[in-house]
Amino acid sequence: MEHFLDSYEISLVVKAAISVIMALSLNMITGFCGQISLGHAAFQGVGAYTAVILTLQGYNFAFATAGGMISAGTLGFVVGLTSLRVRHDFLAITTMGVAFLFSGIVEQTKALGDTDGISNYPHPEFDPFGYMVMTLTLAVLVLAISIYVQRSWMGTAFKSIADDEDTARLLGIDVARFKLAAFVIGTAIAGMGGSIYAHQTTIIQASDFGFIESITILSMVVFGGVGSIPGVIIAAIILTLFPLWSQVIGDYKLLFYGGLLFIMMRFSPQGLSGLASDAVKWARLERRKVV
Amino acid sequence: MSVLKISDVTARFGGVTALEDVSFDVSRGELLGLIGPNGAGKTTMLRSITGIVRPDSGRIELNGKKLNGLPIHQRVRLGLAISQQLVRPFREMTLLENVTLAAGYKKTRRPLRAILALTRRSNRTRATELLDLVGIENHGGALPAEVPLGVLKRMEVARALALDPTVLLLDEPLSGLNSNEARILADTVVMLNDLNLTVVLIEHNLSEVMRICERLVVLDNGRKIADGTPKQVMEDPFVRTAYLGSVEEKDAAT
Repeated sequence: MEHFLDSYEISLVVKAAISVIMALSLNMITGFCGQISLGHAAFQGVGAYTAVILTLQGYNFAFATAGGMISAGTLGFVVGLTSLRVRHDFLAITTMGVAFLFSGIVEQTKALGDTDGISNYPHPEFDPFGYMVMTLTLAVLVLAISIYVQRSWMGTAFKSIADDEDTARLLGIDVARFKLAAFVIGTAIAGMGGSIYAHQTTIIQASDFGFIESITILSMVVFGGVGSIPGVIIAAIILTLFPLWSQVIGDYKLLFYGGLLFIMMRFSPQGLSGLASDAVKWARLERRKVV
Repeated sequence: MSVLKISDVTARFGGVTALEDVSFDVSRGELLGLIGPNGAGKTTMLRSITGIVRPDSGRIELNGKKLNGLPIHQRVRLGLAISQQLVRPFREMTLLENVTLAAGYKKTRRPLRAILALTRRSNRTRATELLDLVGIENHGGALPAEVPLGVLKRMEVARALALDPTVLLLDEPLSGLNSNEARILADTVVMLNDLNLTVVLIEHNLSEVMRICERLVVLDNGRKIADGTPKQVMEDPFVRTAYLGSVEEKDAAT
């Protein structure tokens, strides 16, 4: 049963599922609540390092992952506090600073293996297939949380803040608390993604969670259509597999993502989901023309 | 009994004094017009009440509770609601969703409360009633971009009402409307006031203000220059000068 996928295919599925988790977690902050973050991979990194340190201490994977979520979520709370003071462009710069700060601190800290990273840490006792099933299950759980939040009153409040936070305040919404909630939920889930990532590979380094990774995650959210759950999932899968599938795209990954961000912002700011709804509208118009 | 009490409020922006020692009370169930020429400080007064502007000194009380220092959302939860001069609908939500969000204010009090709340049927029903009350029930399913300004102005009023306010603040609700639309909306304001809602109305449309308000407070250059019935106020020499002055300035400008 477990051999209809070879180990390479299994690793691809796990990578794609981690991307989906990361993209959905950023979507909580940027898509739902309208707060841009250019440093999201740093939270994944904090989750990864925390989880690895905990597994090195002898704790099991579940406990280590929970630890990673708590530390990433705590940092997310602190960064979220800055979102209360600055908006838009300045928040982008601040969160970018977090990404560089993370790399800077980790690469200078001996206990975290500085630039060499950490390796030789225990891995959970799943076979690759079991690990894939677990990762997929967690991705589905994150998807369920996303859908739930979007449908709850929290999602509605987020949407109003993303649209016009001054007016949200005039409707009695405590904008600061809701933004912090978005940051904490989103970054804690990113911490979970970090732990899953760390326990799939054999070594973690600060560069795995650098600025480029943050931009990659942001590209997924933008390409999918900011706020659209199905769009973001599809974009996360495509943007993870394309560079692996095509050597050319893999070699020019940055150029590819950068170009994609530019093209989407220029021609379809609503991303894939925008393109899809435009197509539906166009099809309806065409049908009317025929009738 | 006064429900809103403004005492000696002064607000300065840099070297400009926008409000200077302004005091007035608003009684429960009153429809008060706050008028004055351009730049008199009316909007600053309203913004000081809601907390968008923090006055340098003075005291603002709602139902005997001091509002100074409280953030905007808390003032709203104590019973203030405002319909702004420039309409600010949430563009991605239909008019009904806009009002429903406000009607669910108890559910959006705290994130934890909000994440546990899913149902919105009762809030939607309430929002539909309010759209009906302001006469735009047919537009509930439309997005803000699809309806004319007059409808959006009404939606803003409905959205403010959805907060079950003690005092409704209206900042130039009639501006940008033609005389017919203005008259209809002004009648709606009177109807709301008849439902025992306290209303503070800022308005440039003097003929409608004179028609519907029981009492007027007149500001000029940040100071209160008159307070009384429309008739008393309009006979006041200071008010006449303030308004004629502004008329001359307007003539000079054109």
